Amino acid sequence: MKKKKAASKKWPEKWQEINPGCMVFLPGNAAAYKTGSWKAQKPILDKQKCIKCGLCYIFCPEGCIQEDKEGYFIADLDYCKGCGICAHECWPEAIAMEEEVE
Amino acid sequence: MGKRIGMEVGIAAAEAVALCNIDVAAVYPITPQSHIAEHMADIIHDGRIDAEFITVESEHSSISACAGASAAGARVYTATSSQGLMLMHEILPIVSAMRLPVVMGNANRAISGPLNIWNDHTDIMPQRDSGWICMFAENGQEVIDMTIQSFKIAEHPDVMLPIVLNIDGFQLTHMIEPLEFPSQAQVNKFLPPRKPFVALHPDNPISMGCFNMPDIFAESMKVKETALRNSKKTIMKIWKEWGKMFGRHYKPVETYKAKGAKTLILTMGSMGETASVAVDEMRKKGASVGLVKMRLWRPLPIEELRATIKGAKTLIVMDRAISFGGAGGPVATDIKSYLYQDMSRPKVVNYIMGLGGRDVAVDDFIAMTEKATKKKEDTFEFYGVRE
Amino acid sequence: MIEIRWHGRGGQGAVTSVEMLAMAAIEAGKYAQGFPAFGPERRGAPVMAFNRISEKPIKIRSGIYRPDVVVVLDPSLVGLVNVTDGLKPDGILIVNTTKSAEEIRKALNFKGNLFTVDATHIARQELGVPITNTTMLGAVLKATGVLALKDLNAPLEERFGRLAIKNVKALRRAYDGVKMAQAA
Repeated sequence: MKKKKAASKKWPEKWQEINPGCMVFLPGNAAAYKTGSWKAQKPILDKQKCIKCGLCYIFCPEGCIQEDKEGYFIADLDYCKGCGICAHECWPEAIAMEEEVE
Repeated sequence: MGKRIGMEVGIAAAEAVALCNIDVAAVYPITPQSHIAEHMADIIHDGRIDAEFITVESEHSSISACAGASAAGARVYTATSSQGLMLMHEILPIVSAMRLPVVMGNANRAISGPLNIWNDHTDIMPQRDSGWICMFAENGQEVIDMTIQSFKIAEHPDVMLPIVLNIDGFQLTHMIEPLEFPSQAQVNKFLPPRKPFVALHPDNPISMGCFNMPDIFAESMKVKETALRNSKKTIMKIWKEWGKMFGRHYKPVETYKAKGAKTLILTMGSMGETASVAVDEMRKKGASVGLVKMRLWRPLPIEELRATIKGAKTLIVMDRAISFGGAGGPVATDIKSYLYQDMSRPKVVNYIMGLGGRDVAVDDFIAMTEKATKKKEDTFEFYGVRE
Repeated sequence: MIEIRWHGRGGQGAVTSVEMLAMAAIEAGKYAQGFPAFGPERRGAPVMAFNRISEKPIKIRSGIYRPDVVVVLDPSLVGLVNVTDGLKPDGILIVNTTKSAEEIRKALNFKGNLFTVDATHIARQELGVPITNTTMLGAVLKATGVLALKDLNAPLEERFGRLAIKNVKALRRAYDGVKMAQAA
């Protein structure tokens, strides 16, 4: 039916190809858009200073900071846009923003 | 057929909704819809149907709650009027764009300013372009029938559009008149449980109500327009089904003694019944006059209108609303615009009447018809304004 | 078709009267309409309500301007509201009052068919409250013959439950007790 046809082609072009109600049947497809290339600076974590409070994780607008096995909060550079909010909010000042080299 | 009982039409509307076994009702009370809201709450509170009544804090919330519930697969109903409908205005095009089969009863009431709680069509006209299917009921029986039909039409896979049923405020909502209810068994046969095209559920994640860029927006609008236009086919099919089951037949455009008439009066809503009495009285005196009653407002039934108007010299369009600073009443402007290309077309005399509950009696229809037949060209004017 | 206009005060149950009458007529196989003069009503303010009853389907949906019958539920409305406005020349006026027919005729300058009954007294005795809507229904039935007394039983019962029997009694008393004063 209409559902399967639209799913096989990624984005509709003709008006007949649009899903009813413009519904999107590929859940979570925002993950396909890697915004990491947008950044001009990237966060560097000093593990000596980090107290693993998780504040950077809460404030990251992209939601790309994840907790690793050791409990440190690390930004996924595939998505990190380099906004610097994590560095701004980190009160032990464990995060520093470094210029992104091409 | 069922037994005829006397009941207030507003109460009957709620009873008809109960027969349809809805899942969710989010209704905010406003005069003159209040009896529908109150009775709906009573029905659900008494456990007569297994449904949820969401007590929202405004009409903006009631339509939003309905949209959300409908997206989750529920059969939903809401009702409003006038300022409440104006509050919903922002959400209405979204509901139709999302193809959600919400059914709404609108108790036609004048919109403010100044504040007026009485009957006219100014509340539904600003919602004309929202992409909803829009119909008018002429009497209490039609309110019951068309409410039940609306759920089936809205949920049909070839339609999937919300429907607003217009019920003249006070004139119909507060009128006690003879009504016949279909039995629950008959309604169950006519209207099975809703099978949504897709519904929000964690097991099957999708996104609804999305964002859309300029490079695809025009296509999205074409889809919406095509869906609304094509819905007429299904509407008429379901009306045929209803006619077979219940013996009451519904058409997009109804006529009363219109065949061969030189002068035609065109109405929407309950004033059509009073107009039919006026037509009878005028015909008794030898006038060649007939009545055209438009039941379906959106999508505009152009072919059916063209067929009924053909051959008439004068078409008197009764508008219970006005588009300020425009070309006249909304109904007349729509009709005139598609008649524009016809080689032969009647002279269209547009009366703006019955505003804010101004009573329109048989004598008024007769007076307007007599004035109109004397006019030489298309006009648009207010009727009954004291100068 | 018969058109009836009721005059009362907000809270006196004029709307209930038209409801009962309309429902009873429909139950008896006729066609009927019952509706209030729509608007914001407040307790004590003069209000109007209307009925149309016919053997054939009723198509008119406008207001009633030339009633065949006018019913006045509250005696204080005589002289305050123009209750006879539009009443057809051979129409019927039914008034709840303690006054005589002559006094009412004088107060309203009315020469037509007049029915009077002290419905307030009956209501006070039978129902304990001076709400005359159901009582006056009895007077209307006697004066117009539009329905039989028994036609009101079912709607009254549905509306008033265990109090229905008191209303039926009041109705009956007004039916029997209403006095007719023929047109001059």
